[in-house]
Amino acid sequence: MTQASVLSVRNLSVGLKNRSQDAVLKNISFDLTPGEIYALVGESGSGKSVTSLAMMRLLPDALTVTEGEVLFEGQDLFSATEQQMTAVRGHRIAMIFQDALTSLNPVKKIGTQIEEALKLHTTLDSKARRKHIIGLLQEVGLPEPERRIDWYPHQLSGGQQQRVMIAIALACEPDVLIADEPTTALDVTIQKQVLDLIHSLSRSRQLAVLLITHDMGVVRETAHRVGVMYQGEIIEEESCDRFFHNPQKDYSRRLIASLPDQRHFRDSTPVDALLSVQNLKVHFPQRQGALQRIHNWTKAVDGVSLTLGHGETLALVGESGCGKTTTGRAILNLDQPTSGHITFEGHTLNTLSRSAMHPLRRKIQVIFQDPYSSMNPRMTVLRIIEEGMISLKLGLTPNQREERVIELLQKVQLEPEHRHRYPHEFSGGQRQRIAIARALAVNPQLIICDEPTSALDVSTRAEVLKLLQQLQQELGVSYLFITHDLSIIPQLAHRVAVMKEGKIVELGVTKAVLTQPQHSYTQELLRAVPQLE
Amino acid sequence: MDIFTVKPVILWTDLMLWLLVISITAFLFSLRSNPESRDQWRQVFSSRLGMATFIIILSYITLALIDSLHFRKPLPPAAGQNPETTYYSNKVHSVLDLILGEMGERKERSYSEPFALKSFTKENMTNEQGQTYRDYPDLEHAGSHLENKAEHHRDLLWQSLIGLTKGLLFGVILCALMKGTTRSSSLPWGTAMTTILVICMLLGWLLHVGNLYHILGTDRAGNDTLYDSIKGIRTGVLIGTLATLIMMPIAITLGICAGYFKGWVDDTVQYLYTTLSSIPGILLIAAAILQFQVFIDLNPGFFEVGLEKADARFLGLCFILGITSWAGLCRLLRAETLKISQLPYVQAAHAFGVSHIRVIRQHILPNVMHIILITFVLDFSGLVLAEAVLSYIGVGVDSSMPSWGNMINLARSELSQEPVVWWNLVGAFFFMFTLVLAANLFSDLVNEAFNPKNRQERAQ
Repeated sequence: MTQASVLSVRNLSVGLKNRSQDAVLKNISFDLTPGEIYALVGESGSGKSVTSLAMMRLLPDALTVTEGEVLFEGQDLFSATEQQMTAVRGHRIAMIFQDALTSLNPVKKIGTQIEEALKLHTTLDSKARRKHIIGLLQEVGLPEPERRIDWYPHQLSGGQQQRVMIAIALACEPDVLIADEPTTALDVTIQKQVLDLIHSLSRSRQLAVLLITHDMGVVRETAHRVGVMYQGEIIEEESCDRFFHNPQKDYSRRLIASLPDQRHFRDSTPVDALLSVQNLKVHFPQRQGALQRIHNWTKAVDGVSLTLGHGETLALVGESGCGKTTTGRAILNLDQPTSGHITFEGHTLNTLSRSAMHPLRRKIQVIFQDPYSSMNPRMTVLRIIEEGMISLKLGLTPNQREERVIELLQKVQLEPEHRHRYPHEFSGGQRQRIAIARALAVNPQLIICDEPTSALDVSTRAEVLKLLQQLQQELGVSYLFITHDLSIIPQLAHRVAVMKEGKIVELGVTKAVLTQPQHSYTQELLRAVPQLE
Repeated sequence: MDIFTVKPVILWTDLMLWLLVISITAFLFSLRSNPESRDQWRQVFSSRLGMATFIIILSYITLALIDSLHFRKPLPPAAGQNPETTYYSNKVHSVLDLILGEMGERKERSYSEPFALKSFTKENMTNEQGQTYRDYPDLEHAGSHLENKAEHHRDLLWQSLIGLTKGLLFGVILCALMKGTTRSSSLPWGTAMTTILVICMLLGWLLHVGNLYHILGTDRAGNDTLYDSIKGIRTGVLIGTLATLIMMPIAITLGICAGYFKGWVDDTVQYLYTTLSSIPGILLIAAAILQFQVFIDLNPGFFEVGLEKADARFLGLCFILGITSWAGLCRLLRAETLKISQLPYVQAAHAFGVSHIRVIRQHILPNVMHIILITFVLDFSGLVLAEAVLSYIGVGVDSSMPSWGNMINLARSELSQEPVVWWNLVGAFFFMFTLVLAANLFSDLVNEAFNPKNRQERAQ
């Protein structure tokens, strides 16, 4: 690091406005140098985003900087006037956010949105601006920029929207780029493209990049230097290579260790089938016009066949929109299949009526992705867990139900006293445990896990996955594990099915699929997964 | 007067108001079981404004409740009457009338200014010598206790002091009672007690002095304006609550069903409210009220006393106001239900085979409660004002029923004459303004505490 830093943060502390003793950030210091990507890693709530907002002087009203300075080319940003700050924001320091779709204005053309920054900060005329924008779109790798400049955000895919965001950030040729979880909302293949783009831009434009992320894989692949944040402090700062080979702090070691082991695979022995899905198709009608006539079909699931044995885990992998969640919903009989058969213990589920399905409901359960919205905020944990027992008429007295809830809470490693609390009093990982307890309450044979860990921090994710496996060994329950995260599969699944555009393109034993992928799409997916080694 | 000899009169609106207040109280108590809503209510009441406005609204409601206990006094037996049967007066009184004393019965001949001892207009009079002259005649009741008219101002001051002291004493007793029953100390009880004391003193003054003078003057027919304004409270509170009560079940049922079941149910409900909201509301209200009036006039046998007729018309007005105003809440609830029914916890309930009714009761309804609550308090003040507007154009409550709208309606011709008669308008305006302002301020606070959007913004 011989180069002079372009932006340096010195002893930055941020606290709540009214109670300044509760520090959100404590003595943060780091430097950004041109051409280098500095990654700020940490779990949710560690203060990563607050750091970036404080640097831009965009802190929410409740927070205030209590100490420290941010030097940008020698000038202290905290002593600059608001007018000077406006000139810095967007012009010299640019930001991109996690969710590109909500960061872009849906009713304006993307060209106009890029132009806004140019109008503010440059003196180019409209023709020159358009030329400049097309050049930018080309640089961020948007195909056919001459045409797309007049498109609206919804016409672009998620990855393309993030590229537009980057183009806006780059429009005024900033010196510093702050990327706050730029790829969290994206699929792995697109994540790789966007990260590659940031990487190459930092080199070609000599940008200093502050990359905020919780994903150690992303850090390993992209960053030059790493700062680990924990409870508002940077506890370790090191160059990327040295950090991963020799982490100093316990917490850093835990972060790295919590990444799933990808070298050991779960063995698979053939077992008799519990669930079999044959040629499942779920098509949704697209309606148009005043009479709502069906003019086309969205083929969410288009001919999926799979089997799942007793006590087996089948991972259903694919990118967003490939139909994996719809497959799960069809098995749960929440979506009506267009054609095909779902057979569970000799019953063809999709031909059963609502009442005939009722006794089978207790055998198939579900765990959802978002632990924050999967529980009714107005019910206590006790009532959440016992709901299924009541509605499926397991014939238990209220006292027996309460005993069962206590037993379940212990099984998922929560305290029995937690049953009288409300969901908002728990962390994400604890909530996901409650969701697991809720599913287990009715003694199911099959649990459909719809991305149960993708909203969790890495360390929590590892714990929840371990718990799921432990329960499988104890209770012999089968999992249909829907995920987009290939890295957790080796440890977890006996077999893997890879889905693309409503079809299964590859299905086989985990080790075979992940080490010798046959289909080109599987190969592409595997290449895109960030590797630690 | 013996209370056992009176004949209670139960008007439909009396019944509904009491039921409504009881059910709202029960509902609020049931909310206490959830710590989240308890925190939200605590937030509303922990601000001084919330506490003060709540107590003002509460005192209005109390007055309305007291005014909703009606009875008829027995008539003294007439000559030749069967001694077994008692005939009752045609005039219906309420408990509030007893508290107000003779305020409602002290009628003058025509207009008089506030606190005046003489009439507002000159009349022809004859003096002892038999000569006719024009002057302002003395009022029959105001200041009739005075022996010397010159002591008017001193007496006014003295009686005010007596009235204020009475009110203060009553207020202190109330506060002492309240202090004895409450333990929680984090709420601004000081503000609450100050508000109670101020209201009690004001009421004490109004009651005491109002029985000696006409504090707000008299109207064209010589009725005491203060009495009319106070009697108007019941009408205002009732229209604000009853119309919402009638609107709520329609909006909640249709809105939640539309959002939850989707498909043809949704289409039907949407069609209904689109049709309804494309008809001008005022037209519908006017047509319905006129029809209802025809029905009342054609069936006099249904009603024992005149007040019952007025009450029936009033109920009709609440009903039609409710019928025409459910579309807004229904639309909100439909949208929210659409959103909630896609949330994982509802999906999980489906996976457990929970019945539709149970899903709606357990998962949907508690999570749209904030919308219902916010709409209720926001609509309240709007409806009070709507009553005034409707009475003004002649399709509101019956003209025999005391209401602020009727008072304003009468005041319109008075404002254009010279010298101007302003006190009728001011009386109605003051009482309506206080209620609507308190309700609006309170609903702002409720909205702030219960609306999840506001909560998110505060959290950020």
